[in-house]
Amino acid sequence: MGKRSRARPPALEHGAVPWLLAGALATAAPHAGHLPPWLSLLAAGALLWRSWLWQRRRRLPPRWALGLLAIGSVAGIAWQFHSVFGRDAGVAMLVLLMALKPLEMHARRDALVIVMLGFFLLLTHYFYSQSIATGVWLLATMTLLTGTLIRLHGGTQPVATIAREAARLLLQALPFLLILYLLFPRVSGPLWGLPQDAHGALSGLSTQMSPGSISNLIQSGAVAFRSRFVDELPEKTELYWRGPVFDAYDGTTWRVSAQQSPRPAPVIEARGVTYTYTTILEAHNQRWLLALDLPTRLPPDASLAPTLEAVASVPVRVRSRFTFASSPDYRANRGEVPATLAEALRLPARINPRSRALAQQWQSLPPERIVEAALAMFREDDFHYTLQPPLLGRDAVDQFLFETRRGFCEHYASAFVFLMRAAGVPARVVAGYQGGEVNPVDGYLIVRQSDAHAWAEVWLAGVGWVRIDPTAAVAPSRIEQGIVAALPASEPLPAIVRLDADWLRDLRNRWEAANNGWNIWVLGYNPQRQRELLSRLGLQDPDWQSMTTSLAVLCSLLLLSVTLWTLRERRHPDPAQLAWGKYCGQLARRGICRAEWEGPLDFADRVAQARPALAALTSEAAGHYAELRYGRGGEGHLRLLRDCVRRLSRERRNEV
Amino acid sequence: MPAKPSTTPTRSAIAGILAAANTVILGKQAQIRLALCCLLAKGHLLIEDLPGVGKTTLAHTLARLLGFHFARVQFTSDMLPADILGVSVFDRESGNFRFLSGPVFSQVLLADEINRATPKTQSALLEAMEEGQVTTEGETRTLPRPFFVIATQNPSSQIGTFPLPESQLDRFLLRIELGYPDRAAERSLLESGGRREQLPSLAARLAPGAFAALQNEAAAVHASPALLDYLQALVETTREGERFVHGLSPRAALSLLAAARAWAFCGGRTMVLPEDVQAVLPAVARHRLRLPSGDQADAEDIAALIRSVPVT
Repeated sequence: MGKRSRARPPALEHGAVPWLLAGALATAAPHAGHLPPWLSLLAAGALLWRSWLWQRRRRLPPRWALGLLAIGSVAGIAWQFHSVFGRDAGVAMLVLLMALKPLEMHARRDALVIVMLGFFLLLTHYFYSQSIATGVWLLATMTLLTGTLIRLHGGTQPVATIAREAARLLLQALPFLLILYLLFPRVSGPLWGLPQDAHGALSGLSTQMSPGSISNLIQSGAVAFRSRFVDELPEKTELYWRGPVFDAYDGTTWRVSAQQSPRPAPVIEARGVTYTYTTILEAHNQRWLLALDLPTRLPPDASLAPTLEAVASVPVRVRSRFTFASSPDYRANRGEVPATLAEALRLPARINPRSRALAQQWQSLPPERIVEAALAMFREDDFHYTLQPPLLGRDAVDQFLFETRRGFCEHYASAFVFLMRAAGVPARVVAGYQGGEVNPVDGYLIVRQSDAHAWAEVWLAGVGWVRIDPTAAVAPSRIEQGIVAALPASEPLPAIVRLDADWLRDLRNRWEAANNGWNIWVLGYNPQRQRELLSRLGLQDPDWQSMTTSLAVLCSLLLLSVTLWTLRERRHPDPAQLAWGKYCGQLARRGICRAEWEGPLDFADRVAQARPALAALTSEAAGHYAELRYGRGGEGHLRLLRDCVRRLSRERRNEV
Repeated sequence: MPAKPSTTPTRSAIAGILAAANTVILGKQAQIRLALCCLLAKGHLLIEDLPGVGKTTLAHTLARLLGFHFARVQFTSDMLPADILGVSVFDRESGNFRFLSGPVFSQVLLADEINRATPKTQSALLEAMEEGQVTTEGETRTLPRPFFVIATQNPSSQIGTFPLPESQLDRFLLRIELGYPDRAAERSLLESGGRREQLPSLAARLAPGAFAALQNEAAAVHASPALLDYLQALVETTREGERFVHGLSPRAALSLLAAARAWAFCGGRTMVLPEDVQAVLPAVARHRLRLPSGDQADAEDIAALIRSVPVT
C-alpha cells in the first residue's frame, strides 16, 4: 500500500480538459431551467473559471478555497430546498459537484470521476422531461462522454476520429439496449415519488364552466388527445367528444352536480354504424375519458357515468391509451330517473326575467317545437360567434340574448339550456371537444385544446337525451369546418392551429406524428404493452421471472456470439501460444492480468513485484515462451513451458 | 533460465562500457544504453534537451570509452560548410594546394547545437552522415570508419534556431532526451563537482576494431517471424487512422528493427523480444511522427500506440 501511494497517479493531459468541460456543461446545462438561478450562475461561473485557468495554463485553486466554496454552496442548497435530499435538492447537489469537480481536476482519476458523474447526471434529466428533444440531447451527450473516455485513454486524436469511435461503441451497445428495453420488467407509475402538486398545471376542461373558461382554453394549441379509428372516420359533424356534464347552474357558473343518491346505470340503445377507435389521452388529472358520443364499448378499467360520459376509476395522471367503440346514432336513458329530470329543470330564482318571459310564451308548445323555436331564434336573429364577447353582468342570459348577442359556445349552450329549463324541457350543458384534424403522416386524428366546445342536451319523452348544439345554429362552419373557419382572422387563436403555409402545416404534422410515435413506442411502453408485445413474440403470460430469465439468456447469447466472432480469427494459435495463454489465464484468476500489449518478460517482472512467490516460476515460463515464439527454441522448451503450467495449477490446488 | 545472458567476452565488454558511462553520467542508465545501442546499430544519434543537462558529456564519454577519435563542433549561425568539411590552402613551400581536413574527419563527431546553424551548413553535415564521404572542390574523400554523428539540439522553441526538417530528422536513427537528473543523482553531482574533469582520465574499454565486431554481432540477433509480425503491426498502426499525420516510413521500420536488435544485444539476448521493440520505439519514432496538431508525438502518444497493438 505504501509503495502504491508513493507512485503518482497518471497525470491529466492538458488537451483532454476541454472534453471534460464540454461534458460537464452538456450534462449540467439542461438543468438550468429548474435550478435556482444562483446555482446555475455559480455552476456557469465555475466552468468558465476552469476554462480560463486551462487556457492560461494557470494553477488550480487551493483546496481550502474549494472546500469553502463547496461548504457554502451545500449550505445554500440546504437553505433553498430545506433539505439536501429529494429530487430537486439531489439534482442540485449533483450539478454542484459537476461544476466544482473540474476545479480540482489534477489527475486522470479526477477526470474519470467527472465522466462517471456525467453519466449519472444524464439519468436525472428524465425526472423533468421525456420529450424527443431530451432524448436526442442525452444521446449526443452520451456520445460526448464516451468520446471523453476515449480521449482520456487514447491520447491526442482528431475530434472526428474520436466521435466515430464513440458512435461505434454506442452502436455496439444497441442490441443490449433493445433487449433490456423490451424485456426488463416494467413497473407501473414512476419509480420515484412525485410532489403533490405535480399535476397542478395540466390544462384541460374543468369541473365547472363560467363565461370565458372555454374561450380561455381555446388559446392553447396543446394536444388534448389523439385517436385512430379502425375503419373509416365519422362525419365531422358527428365528432362530439363527451367530457363533463354540467347540470347545476347558479346564475353564472355551471357545475357538475353533486348528487348523493346512487343512480342506475345508463341504458343506451345503439343503432346504425359503430366506430372502433383507440385514444391516446394526454394527462389532464380528471376522470373523464372524452369518448365519442356515445360509447357502447369501454376499456376494462373505465365505466359509463349516469350522465353518459366515460370515466376512468382514477384521474388520468399519465398519458394513457384507451380503446372504445361508439355509435353516433343512439337512444340514451329513455327512462331517466325523476331525480335527474328534476335536476335538469332547476334554475336559480329571480334572475334573467326577460328570458323567463320568453320561455313562458313557448310553454304550451310540445318540447320538440320549443327546441326548434330557440334554435330558430339563434339562427335568424343577429347573433355573432366570437372569442371576444363583451362582459356580462348579473342577468347574464338576459344581457346576452337581448343586448350583446355576441358570444362563444359556452354562452350559447348556457343560454339555450336556461331557456329550455325555463320552458319546462329538461336540459343540461355538456362540455368536451368537437372536431379534430387528421394528421396525414400517421393517420391519427389530433384533438387540441383549441377544439374545446360546449353544447346542450335535452331530454325528450320516448327519445331520451338528445344533443342540441346551439353554436351550430349560429356558426354552422364551426362544426362543419372547425374553429379556424368559424372565426375571422382577427380573433386570437394559437398560431399552431392557424397555419396558412402548406409547408409549415406539413412540418407540424410530421413533428406531431414523430411525437406521437415516441409517446406510443417509447413513453407508452408500460407493463400492459410489454405483456402484449411479449405474448405476440410467443412468451405467453410473462411474469417478471420469465422476463428476467429471457433477459439473461438473450444477453448471454449475444455476448457469446460476439465472443465467438472475435475469437474466430484466433482459432488456431500455435501450441506455445496456447500454453502461455493457459499460464496467463491461471494468473488472471489470481488477480494478475497480462495486458494485451505486454511482452512476456515485462509481464514476468510485474508478476515478480506483485507476487514474489510466483516470481521464479513465471520468469521460467516467460523465458521458455520467449524462446519458443521469438527465439529458435524447440520441443524441449514447449515441454518445459507446459510443465510450468502444470506446476502453477498444482500450486494453486495446494493453496486451496 | 533459457534466456540466460551469455557471459561471453562481448557481454562483459558491453556491461563494462555501460557501467563506466554510468559513473560519469548519473541516473541516466536508459538513455546511455539507448545511445550505445544507436552506435551498435550503426546509426547517428540526436540528443535533444535544454542546455546544461549533460548532452555533450554523454557524447564525449561514449567516444572515449569506445576508443574513438573525437571531434567537436559548436554550431553557430555564421558557420559555413567549409568549417565542418575542411578547406584547401596554398602551401607556399611545396607550391601546391593542401587539404586541411575539417572536424568531420573523425570517428565521433559531436555536432553541438546543430539547430543553431543555417540549413546550408546543416545539410553539408547531413550529407556526410548519409554518404560516409564528403566532396569538396571536386574531390571525394572518404570518412573514417566507423563514423558517427552525435548531434545535440536545444528544443526549437528557444530563440535563434533553425529546426531540422523532417527529412533530415529521419537520418538520425534515435533521438533521446536526457531530462533533469533525479534528486539523488543531482545531489551526488553537487557533492563531487562537475563531471567534465573525469573525462580525460577515462580509458578506452575496447581494442581498435573490436567495436565493428560488436556491431556485426548485434546485427545478427535473431528476429522471429512472430516478432516481425508485431513490429509490422506497430508500424501499420502508425499509418492507419488519423492518430499521426504520416506513419513510419520503411526506413524507420528498418531503424526500429536495428535498434531493437542492438537493445536486445545490450541485454545479453540472442533474440529480439517485443519488449525490446517497445523499449526503443519512443527514441525511434517520436522525432519521425507528427500529430495532426503539428506537435511532435510525445511519450504518452507512443505509450498509447504501444497499448493499442497486442503482443501475441
